[in-house]
Amino acid sequence: MKVLLPGISGLLARIVARKLAQRGHEVIGIDSRPWPDIPQGITLHAVDIRKRAAEDVFRTARPDAVIHMATVTHLLQKSEDRYRINLGGTRAVWDHCHAYGVKHAIFVGRHTYYGAAADAPLYHTEEEPPSGATQFPELSDLVAADLYAGSALWRYPEIATAVLRICYTLGPSHHGTLATFLKPRRIPLVMGFDPLFQFMHEDDAAEGIVVALEKRVRGVFNVSGPPPLPLSVIAHAAGKRTLPVPEGLFRALLGRFGVPHLPQGAVEHIKFPIVIDSMRFKKTIGFRYTHDAEATIESFRATS
Amino acid sequence: MSLASALFGSHSVSREVRDRVDRLELPFSRFGVDNYGISKKHLAYWFTLLGVMYKEYFRVKAYGTEHIPKRGRGMLIGNHSGGIAIDGAMVIASCLFEMEPPRLAQGMVEKFLNKVPMASLWFNRVGQLTGLPENATHLLEDDRLLMVFPEGARGTAKLYWERTSLVHFGSGFMRLALQTKTPIIPFGFIGGGDAFPTVANSVRAGRAVGAPYVPISAYLLPVPLPVQLAVHYGEPMVFEGTGNEDDATIEHKVNEVKARIADLIEHGERQRAGFLTLPGRS
Repeated sequence: MKVLLPGISGLLARIVARKLAQRGHEVIGIDSRPWPDIPQGITLHAVDIRKRAAEDVFRTARPDAVIHMATVTHLLQKSEDRYRINLGGTRAVWDHCHAYGVKHAIFVGRHTYYGAAADAPLYHTEEEPPSGATQFPELSDLVAADLYAGSALWRYPEIATAVLRICYTLGPSHHGTLATFLKPRRIPLVMGFDPLFQFMHEDDAAEGIVVALEKRVRGVFNVSGPPPLPLSVIAHAAGKRTLPVPEGLFRALLGRFGVPHLPQGAVEHIKFPIVIDSMRFKKTIGFRYTHDAEATIESFRATS
Repeated sequence: MSLASALFGSHSVSREVRDRVDRLELPFSRFGVDNYGISKKHLAYWFTLLGVMYKEYFRVKAYGTEHIPKRGRGMLIGNHSGGIAIDGAMVIASCLFEMEPPRLAQGMVEKFLNKVPMASLWFNRVGQLTGLPENATHLLEDDRLLMVFPEGARGTAKLYWERTSLVHFGSGFMRLALQTKTPIIPFGFIGGGDAFPTVANSVRAGRAVGAPYVPISAYLLPVPLPVQLAVHYGEPMVFEGTGNEDDATIEHKVNEVKARIADLIEHGERQRAGFLTLPGRS
């Protein structure tokens, strides 16, 4: 199968690309960021997904499938840029898929779509509306991109569209929200709160994406690995110490004295859990994670 | 855990509690945490405290625990008794201390408590999740034992002279029982209104702490009296249906449960007053 990966230079996307190539798929990437040690056989087109040159890649390569991973998740990126890239890019990908006969398109989204709140159910199913943007406006572009990709299910019914809402990933790459949060020696927690965090090994996440592609699934799916753990348990297992800080002080210190540089809305994510029910994904494609929580944390710790 | 260790000390968990928590049939991971975030360590500390209240302070008598299923889904449905949730805590304690094998009853906690620091952490670590239909459904489909007080906050607002009465029952529990095909184990809780004799409820004070109201006891202090309490479990009630029946049909079934609970309360009150002579703790 000829697979096009917008956003191929991202660390999770690189793992996906390698897996696809190993399984004999032809892999083409689009990314304005470089991938210096790109494996042989994978082609990178250094263009912006929203520009004409990207459309020409679709036109000339005629991929069978597209895995859209060109979303900006870094919360400190200026919100206007994020909106342009995340929403404009997603629109461009599906429009090109429609125009150039792509049969299967996957949107790789985040479980933070559901939001963290005191009165939210512990396990979120795919039917739930997004509430991520209400307390955390910086997430609104990702929520919008997720919904927009999902709307392709009725706008372009000839394309098998799959929206994957993947929990946090952790692993040797040290890439991602949770890995970044776990970087300091002392992990600040909001005193009196210790939410469950759901994470999976980055290799399992990439495997889930690849299997979703090979099984040509259609619809919206939560994707997760082992059962969630309290944040303090993860931090201790990763060899870190925790430092509970009263909420008012935590908010005042964001970005200073070792407290991560986060938007105010992100504090809710350190107080309340976001846990997803991924039974549908497991049943539909028979996905089973291979790294349990201990092995996943150890893979992160061993490379710290 | 550092706070718990500071409060209780690392050796203060009784052997019985540790043994019973170890025998809970929950899928604890190597980290001692299950898929809802229930922590064995937190359970041990919590049940140590509950055990003292259950056995020493309130000298609770539990009758009919054999009616609670040893495994599989079940809903404990009963009356609120007393202005603070002693009833829920003692029902949970009775399932751990009286059942073989011990079971963890999981209650549905008022939403505002999940916003309160420490309360949020502890309620979640001991399996008492926020009262939402989605949480209840998930737990039942996972074959857990759920504890529900259909009177809700109206029930804990009962004043001293209303302590043995029942207020309006919500119907959500019945639709849930039908949808998930869960047996209902009714219970009557006796004595909570004497342990915490509420004479008034302050909505203003409640607003200040984010709660619906704050109950005021006859002696003003927010501490329950060491009154003997009892819980009477009845035989399981199994209802047929889908959960999509019209309100009148559901209401009829709810009233059957309510009447059964009223019977259990009446029986318990009579027994307490010495009209009946029954064997001790079952």
